[in-house]
Amino acid sequence: MNVPDDLLYTESHEWIKREGNKIRVGITDHAQSELTDVVFVELPKMDRQANAKEAIAVVESVKAASDIYAPLKGTVVEVNKALEADPGLINREPFGQGWIFVLKIDNADALKNLKDAAAYRKQIGGG
Amino acid sequence: MRSTRPLAWAVNEPAQKKTPLYDEHVKRGAKMVPFAGWLMPVQYTGIVEEHQAVRNNVGIFDISHMGQFVISGSGAATWLNTMLTNSIEKLDVGQGQYTFLLNDAAGIIDDLIVYRIGDTKFLLVVNAACVEEDFAWLGRHRSDNVNLGDRSAHFGGVAIQGPRVAELFVNLPARNHIVDVEMEGMSVSIARTGYTGEDGIEVFFFAKDAANFWNTVLEKGKDLGIKPCGLGARDTLRLEMCYPLNGSDLSPKRNPIEAGLGFFVDLTKPNFIGRDILLKTKENGLREKLVPFKMQGKGPPPRPHYSVFENGERIGEVTSGTQSPSLNWGVGMAYIKASHARIGAKIEIEIRGQKFPATIEKKPLYKKS
Repeated sequence: MNVPDDLLYTESHEWIKREGNKIRVGITDHAQSELTDVVFVELPKMDRQANAKEAIAVVESVKAASDIYAPLKGTVVEVNKALEADPGLINREPFGQGWIFVLKIDNADALKNLKDAAAYRKQIGGG
Repeated sequence: MRSTRPLAWAVNEPAQKKTPLYDEHVKRGAKMVPFAGWLMPVQYTGIVEEHQAVRNNVGIFDISHMGQFVISGSGAATWLNTMLTNSIEKLDVGQGQYTFLLNDAAGIIDDLIVYRIGDTKFLLVVNAACVEEDFAWLGRHRSDNVNLGDRSAHFGGVAIQGPRVAELFVNLPARNHIVDVEMEGMSVSIARTGYTGEDGIEVFFFAKDAANFWNTVLEKGKDLGIKPCGLGARDTLRLEMCYPLNGSDLSPKRNPIEAGLGFFVDLTKPNFIGRDILLKTKENGLREKLVPFKMQGKGPPPRPHYSVFENGERIGEVTSGTQSPSLNWGVGMAYIKASHARIGAKIEIEIRGQKFPATIEKKPLYKKS
């Protein structure tokens, strides 16, 4: 399972890419593979504020609906509209075109609360 | 209550029973999940891909978790006719029928297929989650000259489903019929039935032959595009056909008439458990009815327990829902107030606090063009 070294991760299977005072967020390759074919994505509202671990998006597969959480406290400044027309991007390019939203974060220090690739690999049993 | 759930991993669940095909599923990379006390494949490569394989070519499913009872004896036919809703007397030797096991209130304990495999011998194929309850219920009501056996632990089974199934075997039995044959040194029973809406068979064999049979079929079916399929595709395929799933669309609180399955209830039989209540239900009219529906626009797919509205009034609840892979559209079934159950009626499904338009449809939701 692909777990890029240059990203951070959450227990709930989001990946985080730092871009200055913002973070780009999606779900991991492992998560998309567990969810199976994604058929619908409910994006968060622009400018919405969220606390860390607050559910702000929903990814629906054929089988079930799953909440996606804000990894850190922040404000939604970008959402991936492409997912509305092509939710399968999450399955095909989970770390690329399948990103879900961008948060402007209040406190960059909080990034240290997230997992690095090694810790996430361990969590999903990838050694 | 939010109906969404956080990502959770089935692999951390406590120990579950394994079918005789468990190792084959793992070898072929299936994602295993707990289902009705069993560890079953939910998918191999993807639900949509497996679904399409069954609609277009052929797919094979492990159904070894289902229960198999053998009922025999000079009193078997007469007694079974009082335990099940459909008419056993309609069955010739080698023929099967869909039927219900009801409780005293006419609620559904289980839906099952009964085959007459001898003059006084019957095979019942029941839902995995209901094996113990069904067997106990039958045992409690057993009458003289009836032998009741549960052979579930010693047998496995597969469903082979799809329009090309008849290219894989010759001399298949007719629809709803069952035959015993020898294949590749294995004794198997082949029944022309299924849960997908496609032509297909269900095959039962000794547990020791399971892996051999499974691998032989996959090898022989290669050129037909056969795929091993999981419970995910089994669910989307059955829902497109509006076949009910016990535990979701059927329950001890629902009767077959409410579920729209009165066709499998023979009220002309003089006596069977639940008959009097069903007659009363028919006389007094239904309170609620199970109806299929289709979402009107692109949006989130419907899911079990979502509320159903018409003109602002809450009229019922979804029991099954998914994104139909054949239609690429949200579909489902819901119990709604019977007075609202009109084909073509505009309803709304509430999803995460927002109402989305849908239409009540005729069965089935998917028809082959």
